[in-house]
Amino acid sequence: MSTAIEIRPGPHVKGPRSVEKIMANVVYSLLPICLFYVYQYGISALASILVVTASCLLAERWFVRTGTQSGHLGDFSATITGLLLALTMPPGFPLWMGAVAGMVAIALGKGIFGGIGCNVFNPALVGRAFAQAAFPTAIATYTPSFLPGRFAEFIPSTLAWPLMMPADAAAWLKEKHLDALSGATPLAQWKFEGIVADAADLLSSLSGHMAVGPSPLLILACGAYLAARRFMDWRIPIAVLGSAGAVAWVLYGFNPGHYPSPFFMLFSGGLILGAVFMATDMATSPVTPTGMWVYGGLIGLLTVLIRYYGGLPEGVMYAILIGNAATPLIERVTQPTPFGKGVLGKKRAASYDLTPDYISREEAAAVTPKKRFLRNKPRKGL
Amino acid sequence: MTEQVAAQQVTPTGAMIRTLGLVSAICGLIIVGSYQGTFSAVQENKRIALERAVFKVVPKAKAVGEFYAVPGKGIAPAAGEAPAGAIKFYVGYDAAGQLAGIAAEGSGKGYADAVRIMFGYQPYCQCITGIGVVAMRETPGIGDKILTDRAFLANFEALDVKLSADLAALANEVKTVKHGTKTHPWQIDAIAGATITSRAVGRGINDAAKALLPALVPQLDKIRSKAP
Amino acid sequence: MSPTPANTPTTWDEFLEGIWKQNPVFVMILGMCPTLAVTVSAVNALSMGISTALVLIASCGLVSLMRNIVPKEVRIATYIVIIATLVTAVDYAIQAISLALYDALGAFIQLIVVNCIILGRAEAHASKNPPLPAMINAAGMGVGFTIGLLSLGVVREILGAGSLFGISLFGAQFQPWVVMVLPPGGFFVLGSWLLFFSWRARRQQAREATQNA
Repeated sequence: MSTAIEIRPGPHVKGPRSVEKIMANVVYSLLPICLFYVYQYGISALASILVVTASCLLAERWFVRTGTQSGHLGDFSATITGLLLALTMPPGFPLWMGAVAGMVAIALGKGIFGGIGCNVFNPALVGRAFAQAAFPTAIATYTPSFLPGRFAEFIPSTLAWPLMMPADAAAWLKEKHLDALSGATPLAQWKFEGIVADAADLLSSLSGHMAVGPSPLLILACGAYLAARRFMDWRIPIAVLGSAGAVAWVLYGFNPGHYPSPFFMLFSGGLILGAVFMATDMATSPVTPTGMWVYGGLIGLLTVLIRYYGGLPEGVMYAILIGNAATPLIERVTQPTPFGKGVLGKKRAASYDLTPDYISREEAAAVTPKKRFLRNKPRKGL
Repeated sequence: MTEQVAAQQVTPTGAMIRTLGLVSAICGLIIVGSYQGTFSAVQENKRIALERAVFKVVPKAKAVGEFYAVPGKGIAPAAGEAPAGAIKFYVGYDAAGQLAGIAAEGSGKGYADAVRIMFGYQPYCQCITGIGVVAMRETPGIGDKILTDRAFLANFEALDVKLSADLAALANEVKTVKHGTKTHPWQIDAIAGATITSRAVGRGINDAAKALLPALVPQLDKIRSKAP
Repeated sequence: MSPTPANTPTTWDEFLEGIWKQNPVFVMILGMCPTLAVTVSAVNALSMGISTALVLIASCGLVSLMRNIVPKEVRIATYIVIIATLVTAVDYAIQAISLALYDALGAFIQLIVVNCIILGRAEAHASKNPPLPAMINAAGMGVGFTIGLLSLGVVREILGAGSLFGISLFGAQFQPWVVMVLPPGGFFVLGSWLLFFSWRARRQQAREATQNA
């Protein structure tokens, strides 16, 4: 018996729904959103999407090629990371910063954890968090959408030289006599200037020259397609949006003058995109149905709290990252009771031993897939 | 080696105390020696650092004098122990030995830690004419704009800190307002996106001016020219 | 880290041990507190490394001199007193050299006292060896630590401020990576270096394996 047997967790039933297929479908459902984003912001958005995705794929290729982890480029997971990352960043985000963010997203968010399925945090959000920490000014600089000539001319900040500061967007708008249009996002306007945008406008993203991401309505439609085809669990987005809406509604009920309406909260910023495409990432969200509700509820609550009481206008990213971190705990607490087990001793009843005795003799002699990375490297503590 | 180990196992208490005492004595000597050896250089460094900070906010100054202001009692040159409740301030003299401006330190709670600032005060306009940062741990690129943002620094070309008629308090408290809403000369226009740090600067100036100026202004004549 | 017998002639290897094989930062992962905290710029990293190296060499020399007269029971107390004394002396020296540097390094100068490299060297090496080998070994460790700090400091200064040793590299238009001068930057850069060294070591192993086969 020299053949190495790989031990993989169940289920072992082979169905038509493979990882590749799910991921490909997520990419298909992201494409209309990306198209709409390009329609909003022109070639800058297109360049941003292409460069960020390409850098994600490059980083993925390096990690896959070094042979330290499973997965390959064709499983589309890095493509999703790249598309999502590009969608969360302003359209005029300098391309070199986008490339850095893409590399960091895959390397720090996924590569060092062991590749596809092993990541603890959503890679796209890790990349965005890094960009937020490294380039706080550039990532907060939006430009108005639907500018005339957006398909012929780049936003000047897009084409900043590597390592160099992007051009000033406000000066560019002034030069084009467009400085009456605000480059601030609706959330920033609400936070710093007290202007609350109309929720219906936010829902379609089509009215005027608002500095917003793709239409929440379109994202919801694409999410509905995924949920209907069972490529995504519907519970998480519903829980995120429900809890964010409920918390915002309660606060609005207490003091309508001070807090904006719950609909503004739901449709502004990246909440819809985060709830539908990022919180639902399979590797980083709980698998138990109860856990999904808890997880979504936590993200919604944190989003609203960070937006209201934090220093930054947007809170979805940190809320989801914290939700990701809480996932193992949530899964542990919400494990279902196996049939036949009593109410007593319910806790952890469905946990499996690390060295279960039901493994057959053949499997007991099996060799687990080798983890070659960092082997033979004894470490001492601090 | 073996005899040594055996001997060590029965070390008497006296030997341990003796060794520790000896080591401590030698170490004490080293510390005192290094303190004495570096004392003058350290003092010189501190003086240069202080002068640099004062000259930044009182550009015309060529020499610096240190004073204490005690609320209710007036001012006196700083010498020896500081009296209880005393506020230290620095007087800048120009080349002719005449008063060029007054510098004092203030601190306010910023985003990460206290922001300690030095500000220059001009008696003739009763206003603040410059600020410098003594120490801060604000986020680079955001909070530290208070050093570089032109519009923000323009607040301190002539920030009004006039005293009320009885010289007991500020006529108007220095206040940091939201970006773009400054209407009075005693208000500070905050930097958009760095409001907390801007507020810390405002509070630092306000608290320090409120405590210092009522004690200082009635006795300004004492420091008009440099003591010989 | 085999204790060298007292009569072995001190060799170059003794010095090189701390720089490569037992590098305090990259191999032993010791002294992480200053490594992550003060490596914001190359100058800070270099001066921190030099201060630590000085304390390390001097304390190892003293400990080695006293190794036969200090009773075993109070040896740790003695080491700590010696190290604390030397740190205080270095602290004054830095104040005398540059107050700006002293402010930048902050509490981490005083914290050299509890740097585990120093106590570790004193206990593991200096207390068992004569002064000369002990000091050479300590010097190697000190240089290794300085190199470790510098490799972090250089990367963080270039990315975080666009300069090296205070000299601007990219001109005024440089976009600083704010995160690099914040504490997370220390972790990112240290992690990247460790990744790089592991990757190299793995490649070397693989090459040796193919040569042997």
